[in-house]
Amino acid sequence: MLNVGKIEEGFVLDHIKAGKSLDIYEHLQLHKLDCTVAIIKNARSNKLGKKDILKVECDLDMLDLDVLAFIDHNITINVIKNGKIVEKKELSLPSKIRNVIRCHNPRCITSIEQELPHIFYLADAQKEVYRCKYCEEKYK
Amino acid sequence: MRHLMSPLDFTPEELDTLFDLANDIEHNPAKYAHACDGRILATCFYEPSTRTRLSFESAMTRLGGQVIGFSDASSSSASKGESVSDTIRVISCYADICAMRHPKEGAPMVAAEKSDIPVINAGDGGHQHPTQTLTDLLTIRSLKGRLGGFTIGLCGDLKFGRTVHSLINALVRYDDIRFVFISPEELRVPDYITDMLKERGIAYEEVIRLENVMPTLDLLYMTRVQRERFFNEEDYVRLKDFYILNSDKMHLARKDMLVLHPLPRVNEISVEVDSDPRAAYFKQAKYGVYVRMALILTLLFQNE
Repeated sequence: MLNVGKIEEGFVLDHIKAGKSLDIYEHLQLHKLDCTVAIIKNARSNKLGKKDILKVECDLDMLDLDVLAFIDHNITINVIKNGKIVEKKELSLPSKIRNVIRCHNPRCITSIEQELPHIFYLADAQKEVYRCKYCEEKYK
Repeated sequence: MRHLMSPLDFTPEELDTLFDLANDIEHNPAKYAHACDGRILATCFYEPSTRTRLSFESAMTRLGGQVIGFSDASSSSASKGESVSDTIRVISCYADICAMRHPKEGAPMVAAEKSDIPVINAGDGGHQHPTQTLTDLLTIRSLKGRLGGFTIGLCGDLKFGRTVHSLINALVRYDDIRFVFISPEELRVPDYITDMLKERGIAYEEVIRLENVMPTLDLLYMTRVQRERFFNEEDYVRLKDFYILNSDKMHLARKDMLVLHPLPRVNEISVEVDSDPRAAYFKQAKYGVYVRMALILTLLFQNE
């Protein structure tokens, strides 16, 4: 088994669905951070069978947790200080997301209006349905 | 600042106040003839809609106000590429309230976000047409004396018709309403609506033949079956003829049933029905002016 060392200060994104870590890397724009990032794919998991893990050596405030929750709210966040887990954060679906996904309805005003943000709101938390703020089209 | 984007923007209690005002305007027009003296309504119509635009213009004129605007995108700065956000900022300098129709869904909401004046959604693509729904509700309340406690039949294109979807969403907030959906199989009401009715425990029935349910209805809301929705001409011709409301079918209806239609009608209501006292669709057009007058007053003087 491959061993990736502990981090001293930062956070670990655990229970990422196997194969999804690179998507999350991109959505969180981790490439823009000037810090150490470890991407672990297909790690063994009792809960999921296989999972991905991201270890990031930077402050949690630099993360958009809403984006993360939208992508997969089952991910757990372990906050690390002095090499130890000091906090475990659970994610919940954000009520609103901005410029994470785009509205694909060609009849929506977002398709022509300059610099209009793509905003989606949580329309049905049980079914995890998001709708465009402007045209109410469901995000698929 | 309050705008009107969707018929659900107003609570049932707020709608009652709005409809009381509309009825007062109906019975005492002179009292309101100068209510908007010196005020200007901008009608920004990025696509033609003669009826809705004239209804707004009539409403503002009857209130003593004035109207400026454009009636299609080619005569507006949109043809030069101006955004809705910029247009409304400029219109805010010229007018006190704005009614906007736009082919793109959500455009009036973008305008409302940037506007210094109240914005009324006068129809945004296939999305919302709240003043039509308010018109329908005011007509029902005025002629039936109540919103609730009735069986309403909705007939025709129930799949694509936004007026029907809007009306259903507005009516479910009232008590004891039973829906009867009368449509061809191809134009059935969408699942998300029937799912919503099931969740709320609201009674509904789906039928194909209008004759079978006529005696059970307190209200019949007719809509146009649109040719462009059909894949083949044969189906269209068969179904179009299926939903012609004529005197024979009206004989099956209750004496106090009302027939509503958002207009324009084509073939779905025979002209012979127009003289039936139960035909309420032209009265409905009149209520469209009263409700827009009440809406203009409510939004224009919202801080007073």
